[in-house]
Amino acid sequence: MSLDRARARTDAPASEAVTPRRGRGTELVLLIFAIGIATFAYVSVDLGALGRVPPNALAYLGGLSAATAVAHVVIRLRAPYADPVILPIVVTLCGLGLAMIHRLDIADGTTRASTQLTWMAIGVTLFVGVLIFVRDHRVLSRLPYIAGLGGLLLLVLPLLPVIGHSIRGARIWINVGGMTFQPGEAAKIILIIAFAAYLVQTRDALALAGRRFLGVDLPRARDLGPILLVWLGALGILVVQNDLGPSVLLFGIFVLMIYIATERISWIILGLLLILAGGFAANAVVSHVAERIDFWMDPFIDPQGQVAQSLYGLAYGGLLGTGLGQGRPDLTPIAESDFIGSALGEELGLTGLIAIILLYALLASRGLRAGLLLRDPFGKLLAAGLAAGFFLQVFIVLGGVTRLIPLTGLTTPFLSLGGSSLVMNWVLVALLIRLSDAARRPAPPSATASSQTDTAVTQVVRIR
Amino acid sequence: MNSPIRRIAAGCLLLCVALLINATYVQAFWADDLNARSENRRVLLDEFSRERGPILLADDTPVAQSVPVDDEYQFQRQYPEGPIYAPLTGYYSYFFGRTAMERAQNDILSGDDDRLFVRRLIDLVTGEEPRGGAVRTTIDPAAQQAAWDGLTDKGFKGAVVAIDVQTGAILAMVSTPSYDPNPMASHSTAEQQETRDALTADPNKPDLNRAIAQRLPPGSVFKLVTAAAALESGDYDPNTEVPGPADYDLPQSTRSLPNQNGQACLDGTPTLTEALRISCNTAFAYLGNELGDDALREQAEKFGFGTQPLTNDDMNAATSVFPSDPDAPQTALSAIGQFDVSATPLQIAMVSAAIANDGVLMEPYLVREVSGPDLVSPIERTEPEERTRAVSPETAEELTSMMVDVVENGTGGNAQIEGIQVAGKTGTAQSSADRPPYAWFTSFAPADEPSVAVAVVIEDAPDTARDDIGGGRLAAPIARAVMEAVLGS
Repeated sequence: MSLDRARARTDAPASEAVTPRRGRGTELVLLIFAIGIATFAYVSVDLGALGRVPPNALAYLGGLSAATAVAHVVIRLRAPYADPVILPIVVTLCGLGLAMIHRLDIADGTTRASTQLTWMAIGVTLFVGVLIFVRDHRVLSRLPYIAGLGGLLLLVLPLLPVIGHSIRGARIWINVGGMTFQPGEAAKIILIIAFAAYLVQTRDALALAGRRFLGVDLPRARDLGPILLVWLGALGILVVQNDLGPSVLLFGIFVLMIYIATERISWIILGLLLILAGGFAANAVVSHVAERIDFWMDPFIDPQGQVAQSLYGLAYGGLLGTGLGQGRPDLTPIAESDFIGSALGEELGLTGLIAIILLYALLASRGLRAGLLLRDPFGKLLAAGLAAGFFLQVFIVLGGVTRLIPLTGLTTPFLSLGGSSLVMNWVLVALLIRLSDAARRPAPPSATASSQTDTAVTQVVRIR
Repeated sequence: MNSPIRRIAAGCLLLCVALLINATYVQAFWADDLNARSENRRVLLDEFSRERGPILLADDTPVAQSVPVDDEYQFQRQYPEGPIYAPLTGYYSYFFGRTAMERAQNDILSGDDDRLFVRRLIDLVTGEEPRGGAVRTTIDPAAQQAAWDGLTDKGFKGAVVAIDVQTGAILAMVSTPSYDPNPMASHSTAEQQETRDALTADPNKPDLNRAIAQRLPPGSVFKLVTAAAALESGDYDPNTEVPGPADYDLPQSTRSLPNQNGQACLDGTPTLTEALRISCNTAFAYLGNELGDDALREQAEKFGFGTQPLTNDDMNAATSVFPSDPDAPQTALSAIGQFDVSATPLQIAMVSAAIANDGVLMEPYLVREVSGPDLVSPIERTEPEERTRAVSPETAEELTSMMVDVVENGTGGNAQIEGIQVAGKTGTAQSSADRPPYAWFTSFAPADEPSVAVAVVIEDAPDTARDDIGGGRLAAPIARAVMEAVLGS
C-alpha cells in the first residue's frame, strides 16, 4: 500500500538515502491536463450551443493558465512537499464549473461566468495568502475560543438588520456595498479550526472519563456540554436562517471530529441520535424541512419542481450525456448553483457525473491521507476535519440533487456559481496543501527529534 | 488518532459508493421511465423541435399536422378541423402533456417507435432531420360531419358513434360540446394555461369524450340485449306473447313499474316484436325476471359489456356495466336499461353492429394503419378481428326483423331512409327526477346487407320541453343523417 510506503519514508528519517519525491513535476503535468480539460469544456459549450469556437477562447485559456501558474509557483516555493494531486483536481473542477456556468449564460442571456472567473482569481489570491502567511499550521491552534467566537459571529451576521439578506427563503447572506456574501462559508472553515484546537485540548477528558454501558463507553454528563452546545447552535441556525444544509453539515463535521479526537464510537452514536431528534423536531416545526422531505418522497408532486427537473435532466443525459451545450440544463431551477451537479450530469452523462464524484472522493482521500501522515494531533484533526467535512458537503448536495437524500441548500464546492463558496473552498484547499506539505515533508534530523522525545514517543504509540 | 481517521475514510468511501450507485440508478435504469413521463419538458422540447407526423382521416385529410414556424420549437402543431375531431386527436401541449390519439400513438407520431428505427438510422446517415410517422384512422369525414352537424345544430350535449359492422372500424366518433385543441398546442404558455383553465372550469366538460369514455343509463335501447337473451334462451320467438300490463308489479317489492303512458301495451299481451316496436316497459321487465339476471348479464357480456373496448388503440374507453348482483326488482329494471346498467355510446353501437353482422361482434378500432414519414410505406395495418359471437345467426336475423319493424311501424320512424331498409331502436332513459332523460337511438342499415351501425345519445337538449325529449324524436334523425352519409359515399 502506498500508505505503508509513505510511512516507511517518514519513519526512517535518519536514512539519508531516501529522498522523498516532492511531486512538483507530476503536479505540473496534471495541471496541464486540467487546464486542457477546462478549456476543451469551455470550447465544447460554444460549439454545442452556438456552433462556433468562442472568440475569447485564447483569453480564457490564458487567464486560467495564469491563475493556475501562480498557485503552482507558490506551492513550489512555500509548500514543496504538498500532495501533487490536490491542485489539479481543484483546477479541473473549477474549469468544469466555469464551463457549465458559461453554458447556462448562453441559455439565460447572462454573463455570470466572467464574474465567477474573477472570483476564482480572488480565490487563488487568498490561496496564495494562506500559503505565504501560514507557514506552519500549528499557529492556527493557538486561539480556539477566539476562533470559535469569530466563527459563530460570522454565522449570525446574516441575521443582523440592514446587512442581513434572504435569498430563496434562506437568510444566509450579507449585503455589503451591493455585493452579497455567505459568511457561513468562512465560518465553516474557522469553526473546523476552532473544533480541532478545542478537541486537542480536551480530548483526554472526553475520551477517558465515563463508564461502559452495553459495551459502549458513555461520556460523562458534564462532558456532553460542548456537543449539546454545537447541536443547539446548529438547530438555532436551522430555525432562524431557514436553511437545513449548513446546520446538518456543521453538526456532522463536529461529530466526526470529536470521534477522531476521542476514538470512541459512542460519540458517533450520540451524534446520530441528536441528528435524528433534531430532524424530527425540525420536520415538525420548520415547514421548509417537512416540504423538503415531501419532495424527497415524491418529487413529482410538483412535476416542474426542483428535484423533478433535476431527475429529468439526469435521465435526459443518460449514460453519455447530451454533450456540452446540447442539453436543457436551464430548465432545472438554480442549475448554476445548488443543481450544477445535475446540470453536468445532464450534459456529460452518467460518465461525467461519476468522474466528478470520483474527483471529489480523490480530493477528500488526499486530505484524509495527510491526516494519517501528520504527526501532531491538531494537524491530524484539522486535516481529517477539513477533508471529511468537504466530502460530507459534496455528499449532502449531490445526494440531494440525485434524490439519494432529501435536498438541502448547500453549494457544490468549486462548481457552483457564487463568490463566497468558491473563495473559501480555495482557502480550504490552501490549508490542505499546507497540511499535506507538513505531512510529506521529511522529518527533521534526529537531533531535533530527540529534543521532543515525549511527543515522539506518544506519536509512535498512536500510529501503531 | 489514525484508526478513527481510517474509519472515517471508509465512511467517506461508503458515501461515495452510495452516490455512484444512486447516480447509476437514476441515469441508467430509471431514465427510460423518467423520459416517458408526459410532463417531462425536456423530452417534449425535443419532440417539439422535430416534425411530428400527421393524424389522418380515412380519406387522408389531416386532422393534426405539424407546420414549420420561425420560433425556438421550429414546428407548430395544428388541428385544421378543430373541435369536431378533438375527441379523436386530443391535444399535444408543451405544459399539459398529450391526450387521446396524440398520446396513444405518440411513439409513431414523434418518430421514437422501434419500428421506425431503420428510418432514424437512415436519417442519421443522410443528415436529414428525423420526422415522425403518420397515423391513418378509420374515421369517415362525411359520417363525422353529419353527426357533428346533427348534434351541434340544435346545441345538443351528446355523442355519436358509427361502426362499420363487418370490420369493427369506427367511422364516426363525435362528442359535443367539444373544444378547439389548437390553443392547447400554442407555444405561448399563458395561452395554454388559459385554455386549460377554461376547459377545467367548464361544467359541460368539453374535453370529455362522451362517445367512448362516459357511461349513461341506456334505457330502452338495452331492450335489444334483453330480447336477444330471450330469443337465445329458446323459450321465445318473435311471435311469443308476453304480458304487457299498464303496471308491472315488481316482485318482492311493494312498488310497481308503470308504462310511460300509463296504459297497457296494445291488448295487454303483445308479441315480442310488438313489445319492442312500442318499447313496452312492463313486457321487458317481465321478460327480465323470467330470464334472470345471469342470463341477461351473460348476453350483455357477449355484446361487450364488462370488457374495456379500444384497448389496442389505448384510447381509455370506459367499460360498460351490467350490475353484478341485482335482486328481482332490480333485475326487472335492469332489463329495460335502468337501475345500475350503464353503457357508452360505443357499446350501444357495438350491440347494433353485432346484430347486423349475423351475430358476430367485431373488435372496434380507430387506427387503420401507421406508416413512416413518407406516408406510403405502412408499418402496421389493423386487420379486422372477431371478438365474440354475440347471438346465433337466426337470433340476429329475428332481431333485425324486429328492429326493422321498430323503424317502419314503431317508435323509430324518424330514422327511415327512402329506398333503404333501416333497423333501429329508441331509448329514453331516466336518470334522476331533477334532470331530463337521456335520449338514445341505435340503428343499422341497410337491414338486408348491413354496413353501418350507429348509436346516438343526447344528454341535454336545451330549449326542448322535458316531455318532448325522446330517442325517437331527437336522436333518430341524427342517426339517419349519419347512416345516409356513410351509405351515400
